[in-house]
Amino acid sequence: MIRGKIIKISGPAVIAGGMTGAKMNDIVRVGNLGLIGEIIRLDRDTAFIQVYEDTSGLFVGEPVESTDEPLIVELGPGLLGGIFDGIQRPLDEIEKQSGFWMARGLIVNRLDREKTWHFSPRVKKGDTVQEGDTLGEVKETGVFLHKIMVPPGISGVVKEVKKGEFKVEDTVVSLEGGRQLSMIQKWPVRRPRPFRKKTPPEEPFITGQRVFDLLFPITLGGNAIVPGGFGTGKTVVEQTLAKYSNADILVYVGCGERGNEITDVLTEFPHLEDPKTGGPLMSRTILVVNTSNMPIAAREASIYTGITLAEYYRDMGFNVALMADSTSRWAEALREISSRLEEMPGEEGFPTYLATRLASFYERSGRVECLGGPGRLGSVTIVGAVSPPGGDFSEPVTQHSMRVSGAFWALDAHLAYRRHFPAINWHKSYTLYYQPMKDWYLKNVSPQWDNLRTQMLQIQQKDAELQEVVQLVGPDALQDAERLILESARMLRDGFLQQHAFSPVDASCSLNKQYKMLTAFILFYEKCKKEIEAGTPVTTLLRLPVREEISRLKEIPEERFDEHYARLEEGIKEVFENLHKPELTGVNDGSADKGI
Amino acid sequence: MDLLTKEYKGVNYISGPLIFVEGGKRFSYNAMVEVLLPNGEVRTGQVLEVSSEYACIEVLEQTTGLEVVQTTVRLKEEVARLPVSRDMVGRVFNGRGEPIDGLPEVISEKRMEITGTPINPVSRAKPNEFIQTGISAIDGNNTLVRGQKLPIFSGAGLPANELASQILRQSTVLGEETQFVVVFAAMGITQREASFFLRSFEDSGATGKAVCFLNLADDPTIERLLTPRFALTVAEYLAFERDYHVLVILTDMTNYCEALREISTAREEIPGRRGYPGYMYSDLASLYERAGRIKGKKGSITQIPILTMPDDDITHPIADLTGYITEGQIVLSRHLHHASVYPPIDVLLCLSRLMNNGIGAGKTRKDHRQVVDQLYACYAHGRDLRRLIAIVGGEALSELDKKYLRFAEAFENGFIGQGDTNRTIEDTLNLAWRLLKMFPGSELHRINREVITEYFEEILEEAPSPYYKPEETMP
Repeated sequence: MIRGKIIKISGPAVIAGGMTGAKMNDIVRVGNLGLIGEIIRLDRDTAFIQVYEDTSGLFVGEPVESTDEPLIVELGPGLLGGIFDGIQRPLDEIEKQSGFWMARGLIVNRLDREKTWHFSPRVKKGDTVQEGDTLGEVKETGVFLHKIMVPPGISGVVKEVKKGEFKVEDTVVSLEGGRQLSMIQKWPVRRPRPFRKKTPPEEPFITGQRVFDLLFPITLGGNAIVPGGFGTGKTVVEQTLAKYSNADILVYVGCGERGNEITDVLTEFPHLEDPKTGGPLMSRTILVVNTSNMPIAAREASIYTGITLAEYYRDMGFNVALMADSTSRWAEALREISSRLEEMPGEEGFPTYLATRLASFYERSGRVECLGGPGRLGSVTIVGAVSPPGGDFSEPVTQHSMRVSGAFWALDAHLAYRRHFPAINWHKSYTLYYQPMKDWYLKNVSPQWDNLRTQMLQIQQKDAELQEVVQLVGPDALQDAERLILESARMLRDGFLQQHAFSPVDASCSLNKQYKMLTAFILFYEKCKKEIEAGTPVTTLLRLPVREEISRLKEIPEERFDEHYARLEEGIKEVFENLHKPELTGVNDGSADKGI
Repeated sequence: MDLLTKEYKGVNYISGPLIFVEGGKRFSYNAMVEVLLPNGEVRTGQVLEVSSEYACIEVLEQTTGLEVVQTTVRLKEEVARLPVSRDMVGRVFNGRGEPIDGLPEVISEKRMEITGTPINPVSRAKPNEFIQTGISAIDGNNTLVRGQKLPIFSGAGLPANELASQILRQSTVLGEETQFVVVFAAMGITQREASFFLRSFEDSGATGKAVCFLNLADDPTIERLLTPRFALTVAEYLAFERDYHVLVILTDMTNYCEALREISTAREEIPGRRGYPGYMYSDLASLYERAGRIKGKKGSITQIPILTMPDDDITHPIADLTGYITEGQIVLSRHLHHASVYPPIDVLLCLSRLMNNGIGAGKTRKDHRQVVDQLYACYAHGRDLRRLIAIVGGEALSELDKKYLRFAEAFENGFIGQGDTNRTIEDTLNLAWRLLKMFPGSELHRINREVITEYFEEILEEAPSPYYKPEETMP
């Protein structure tokens, strides 16, 4: 046991002497309270330690003990539905021990040691097993089958297999040569878990949000960043994606954010019905939480804890989504520790290795062929929120993240001010994943998908150009065809892009509904365009009641959408056929004639 | 609780508010110390860094008059603590927590660490009780709920104090009799501002229900770093051990951040934006996060910090970092203030993140969210058009656009500019509908058809006219 003494304390940075033999990144217990810390620099027998808990009240000379183990997470059944701090200590266990204030120096088990799980073996005596092979399955929550896998680096011939109720540490499989395997694996958080190989992007990460699915989609295994000033809706975007995306497992990392936001998630998720399983959404969610007032070093670790948990479920063959809110707070933690270590600062005081760290974090996303058999594909999709100071995207965290992320979803304060949510700026945002996935949409949604999308982008682009003209000469200087573009762009903004995250009907929108909604908008635009070419004034067209019907399509629930849409489409065609017979311009379903 | 055992004579180095003493082994990190001058004067300090060679101590009062040989430093307490008691309600203290109202010391029931301990996120209860402040721009557009932290972003010369005191005076929770206990922390504000608050506590009958910590403009700067922590410690005690609903007012956070910057530069730390330290986000969070509700506890802490945006710049680090931590913000506008609109709240820049928890059927009214979204959309469009006509003139606008302009005007004067009146949430929402009635139903995209038919015609008959002028405008 390596045991030294504190020689300096400065905030979360503690320096200890007499630590000969200690290893880089080992976990140590600091002081009489036994605070948890990690060695981040060694200088002969002196160790620089970042402490994951508040260091107030520590004295120089108090003991420091190495645990001789790096920062690890425990992987096994019991993670789903859990809520952990930045170093994977279950917060409800901490609450049981110390009440509603977070006490320091607590030792809690990361996974429940007493709970039993029903282990159903998938191997038999005499089988040869490799790393990643499924030994058996455990029903973790609801219908969720947790695969117990051979840990990386281990192989052998099965000597004995058990079946039945076991605790996580009990041996379930013994190998020839004496190796005992339980349901628990340990893995150092800073090392990516191994896989066979990465596969190219193919399938979309479906979000149920029109602006993302249609304009700026990402793939399963892709990554996106969501930068935005305060109040632009980063957290709502992250939570909405968590609720409605097509991922199997969610890992939500609340990194240096508000305590009350976590309360929102905690009160909402257990009651939200998961469309996939019918159970509560919480039963396929893991929360890693380190709020802004919790110790800063643990904030630095929380991102790694989160991604390692995500990789573990990926290895079972699931599609995992990791929401990190916010990566800027993580970068600030890096900056603070770095400055306490008196390292030479880079841009805006951030350490020069910020870019490398960000890149290696985002590179842990991806769709992979997992190790072991049976063969399976799993993915980790990362959506990272970025909080640039003053909403200025030229700052280092946004810029470095942009270079490594595949999609850039820029939030815009001006849209947020007018309560246009999600406040995604469609001119600044981009995605690199659409082209590789185009065929998927053409095959699975509609052959028209790409066509419609292009038309929409063109309308928006022309609108942006025309807006500049309007600012100079006023709207009445425009031709009718141009007025039509302005109005169509406005319809698309209000009726299509805008989507209320808390609306019972519209919070999530299927690809089918998205496609049909857009078809209606574009159909209306095309018909109007023809009429204008034929000399009909734009004012007449804009007064058509069917226009409001189209704008309100998002209010129609999914279950009667197809039927409603079919009628509306007929209605639109009819309206334009009868355009020059004034008594017939209403839509025949009657809902437009309420005089409003 | 004097620990006179650890004492050290002689200081190595004095610079600005910092002193360095040899023998750091005697002091714990973040300890409170007493600095004894040869003439018998005692000053308070806090340990910022310790190593086996030295301890770095910030002196709360100035270091003027300290010298190197004769000064003695002794450990007072391993961590800073404040004696707390229910009897503190109704008392006035200085920025170091000593009574200045001429009454005797408070007999403490308990000593609590002033740095506070983070609340376990799983123990938090969701803040969802609507607080009616009687101010339409807040109740209607940026609803405050119990346990929220909602700062006021002000500019020099804007009536943030008046607004805060109006909130204090008018705040009620519908269906409840209990009033708030106020914890007031003044950091570097002028005597004039302090007396304004003390008088307004008196006028609203809140004096007997307020705990005041006053660090005024001429009080020691470094003390400001502790003042809000004292205030929040009392607030936590009253809320979570004594079941009070506590409203904390922290003013002015700008002065607090400047004190933080002063200490940081004295320590020769690498400065962040505009010279403020890189850890300012975490430091501010350690204050602002001390608000909320806890499961199984009756009390709550609602925070209203006030800050002055230097040059009205909302991207200034103080406003910016605050906005990233708090659950929204109320932003005052110089433009509206000049137009004699009181309260001059620029609703477009404002936000309440917890609003959805506190509104809707059973809390305020079913139409609340949609009506407010519509107000925002219409007002934002009206403001855009204002900019447009400044360039191209009003003739270019369509009839509909002219309606938007008229709406923006009426919204500012009638809805936001309510003067010193107290409106119920019903009045506020009815007024909103009355304004929206200017538009045809087809323009109201943010409101469902059902809600429009339910509210558009019926309730408006008895609502007050949106065009009335405020009875009293604040100076």
